[in-house]
Amino acid sequence: MYTAIKTRTITLIQAITDALDTMMEEKSEVLLLGEDIGRNGGVFRATDGLLEKYGEDRVIDTPLSEAGFVGAGIGLSVNGFIPIIEIQFLGFIYPAYEQIMTHATRLRMRTMGHYTVPMVIRAPYGAGVRAPEIHCDSTEAIFTHMPGIKVVCPSSPYDAKGLLIAAIEDSDPVLFMEPMRCYRSIREEVPEGKYTVEIGRGKKLLEGDDVSIITWGAMVPIVLKAAKEMKEKGVQCDVIDLRTLYPIDYEIIADSVQKTGRTVIVHEAHATGGVGNDVLAIINETSFLFQKAPVERVTGFDVPVPYFGFEDHYLPSEARIIHAIKKVMSF
Amino acid sequence: MESQFPILQIMDCNGQIVSPMYKEKITEDIVKNFYKQLLRIRLFDRKAVSLQRQGRIGTYAPFEGQEAAQVGSALALEPADWMFPTYRDHGAAFVFGHSLRNILLFWNGRNEGCVPPSGKRIFPPGIPIATQIPHAVGAALGEKIKGSNHAAIAYFGDGATSEGDFHEGLNFASVIKAPVVFFNQNNQYAISVPIEKQMNTKTIAQKALAYDIPSVRLDGNDVFIVYFETLKALERARKGEGPTLIEAVTWRYGAHTTADDPSKYRDQIESNNRRVETDPLLRLERWLKNEGLYEENWIRQIESDANQEIELAIAEMEAFPKANPADIFDYVFAEPTWQINQQKEEYLRLIGGEDKCIRR
Repeated sequence: MYTAIKTRTITLIQAITDALDTMMEEKSEVLLLGEDIGRNGGVFRATDGLLEKYGEDRVIDTPLSEAGFVGAGIGLSVNGFIPIIEIQFLGFIYPAYEQIMTHATRLRMRTMGHYTVPMVIRAPYGAGVRAPEIHCDSTEAIFTHMPGIKVVCPSSPYDAKGLLIAAIEDSDPVLFMEPMRCYRSIREEVPEGKYTVEIGRGKKLLEGDDVSIITWGAMVPIVLKAAKEMKEKGVQCDVIDLRTLYPIDYEIIADSVQKTGRTVIVHEAHATGGVGNDVLAIINETSFLFQKAPVERVTGFDVPVPYFGFEDHYLPSEARIIHAIKKVMSF
Repeated sequence: MESQFPILQIMDCNGQIVSPMYKEKITEDIVKNFYKQLLRIRLFDRKAVSLQRQGRIGTYAPFEGQEAAQVGSALALEPADWMFPTYRDHGAAFVFGHSLRNILLFWNGRNEGCVPPSGKRIFPPGIPIATQIPHAVGAALGEKIKGSNHAAIAYFGDGATSEGDFHEGLNFASVIKAPVVFFNQNNQYAISVPIEKQMNTKTIAQKALAYDIPSVRLDGNDVFIVYFETLKALERARKGEGPTLIEAVTWRYGAHTTADDPSKYRDQIESNNRRVETDPLLRLERWLKNEGLYEENWIRQIESDANQEIELAIAEMEAFPKANPADIFDYVFAEPTWQINQQKEEYLRLIGGEDKCIRR
C-alpha cells in the first residue's frame, strides 16, 4: 500500500528549524546553546519557537562566550547530552578554535572511545548578503584540516534538514555550515518528520559529458546558472554538490571526472589551502590518466573577505566560472 | 584586597589547631587517614621523577609540595562527582580513584592512560591551560538539568586565571548556577613566570567578585582547611547555590616538568626552606608528635604499603602490551573515514601488517 509522505514547501532556514524541532522532540538529550537563540529565536530565526516549546533547560541563551559554551558543550557531551551549538556567524567561531581543535576533535582518540563528543556546531557562513565585516567568512578548510570532526555544507532545504538530522545522530563532532545566502532564496518540498541524508555523500545536480563542475554550499546556484548558460552554447556540464567536505565523496568525483576528463572546482573560500585542493588530490589519485586538461579552480582570492562594497569582486561569479569552463574545454 | 581574603588555616605549620571550631573534628583517625594519602602521592611523585630520569617514562610534571591541596580536595568529593584535572593533578586523580597504572601509562605516552576506571568520572588531564574549566561547567550543567545532586570540580593553576577560558567558565557557571567548584592551586609560578608578573591582583580569590560567586583563600598546604572548604563548596553546589572559587596557596618544590631547571628562574633556597617550614606532611607529623600519637613503626608500615602499591603499578605499566599502531587510526571517529582507512591499510602493509604488532 502506498502511503503519501506529507511534505511542506519551505526555505533552507525553515528546514533547519524543522530538523532541530524533529530531533528535540525525539531525543530529550538534544539541547541547544548559543547567543540570542532563546527569546529572539536566533539572529536568522533558526531556533524560532523552540524556547517556548522545549523550555530554558533545552534552549540555552549563552553569554557572548564562544570558547566557553563550546567548552561547556564538550562537558555536556561527556555527561550524556547531544548539544547543538549555534555560532552566530562562522567568522565568530575563532575564539572556540582551541576547544574544537584540542578537545572536541580529540577526546575519542585520547580516551580510546571512553568519552565522545556527539556535538553539532551550526554556523552560518559566506558572503554575498551585504553583511558587515567578518560576518562573511567561509573558512571550512580550517576545520577539514582537523582530524576528528566532520564538515557538512548543504545547499538546499531538503539536504539541510536530512544532513542536520544525520549530524545530530552522528556520534562524533560535526561542523554544520549553513550558506546564509541560500537561507531564504530557495524553496523546496521537504518531507515532514524524520529522514536523513548520509554524511559523506555528494549529489549530482546536473548530468553532462563535457566538463565536471565540483562545488558546494552557496556556490551551487551560481554554478547551476553558469552550467545552464554553457548548455545553450553546447557544453554539457556534470555538476556535483559535494554536501560534505570531510569526509569528501571521492567516488562521485572519480566517476564524474573519469567520464568528462575536464574539471572546474568552484568554492567561495580562499584558494591556498582550500578544500578544492583536496578535490584535486582525489582527482590525481583516482583519475590521473583520464584527464584531458589541467583542472581549473575558481575560488575566492587569497585576500581577507572584503567589505561588502567589494564582495561581488571577491566572490566567484558566473562570468569567472564560464571563463574557466571555456579554458578547460579549449585546452 | 588581601585583607578581604585572608589565608584561612585549621592546622598551622607547627601542627597546632588554630581554628578552635575544628578542634573536635581533627581526630587521630582523620589525621592518619589524610597523612596516608599525602604520603602515597608524595612517594609516587618522587618515584615518577626517578622513572623519568631513568628513561622509563616520558616528561613528567611533579607536584611535590602541593599534596595537601590535591588530597584535601579529592577526599571531599563524592564517588559520582566529576573531576577535571590538569597535568599536575594526578595526585588528586589517584586519591579520587584513578588507576595508578593508567596514570603511569599517560606519562609514558599512551592513550590508555586517559581512560579512568569504570564508573569514575575523571576527564583526561587538561593540557592547554584553563581549557578544562568550561568542560567542568558543561558537565555540571548536565547534572543540574538531570536534577541530580552530583557536582564537578575543575583544577587549575595561577597562570590559568589569565586565560579567557577561566573567565568564560566562571561567568557562564555563575549565570546558570552550575554545581561546580573551581579549585585553584596557586603555586605562585607558571613555569618560570612569578605571580607578580602574571597578575596585578594580590589574590586569585578576589577574581570571583567580578562574577558574584563566593570565594575563599586558604593555606593550600593545610590539608584540613582544603578538605573542609571544598566540602562546603560542594555542599553549596549540591544545594543548587552555584559555583565557588577556592584559592589554595601552595608551592611546588621542584620543576614545572622534568624538562626544566627551576634554579634558572628562582632561588631554590626558598623551596628548601618551605620543605622544612610549611610542608603538608611535616605539619601532620608535628600534630601527631604533639598529641603523643607519632609511631615510627606505623609510618614505616604505610610507607612500605605505598611503595608496594607503586612498584606493582610500575610493573603493570612496564608489562603493558606495546603500542598498537592500528589504535591511532581506530579511535578518531566511531567509524573511520575512508581517508583514515586508506592511510591505515597502506601504513600497516608497509610495516608488515598488524599481526606483527602485539595486540592488547
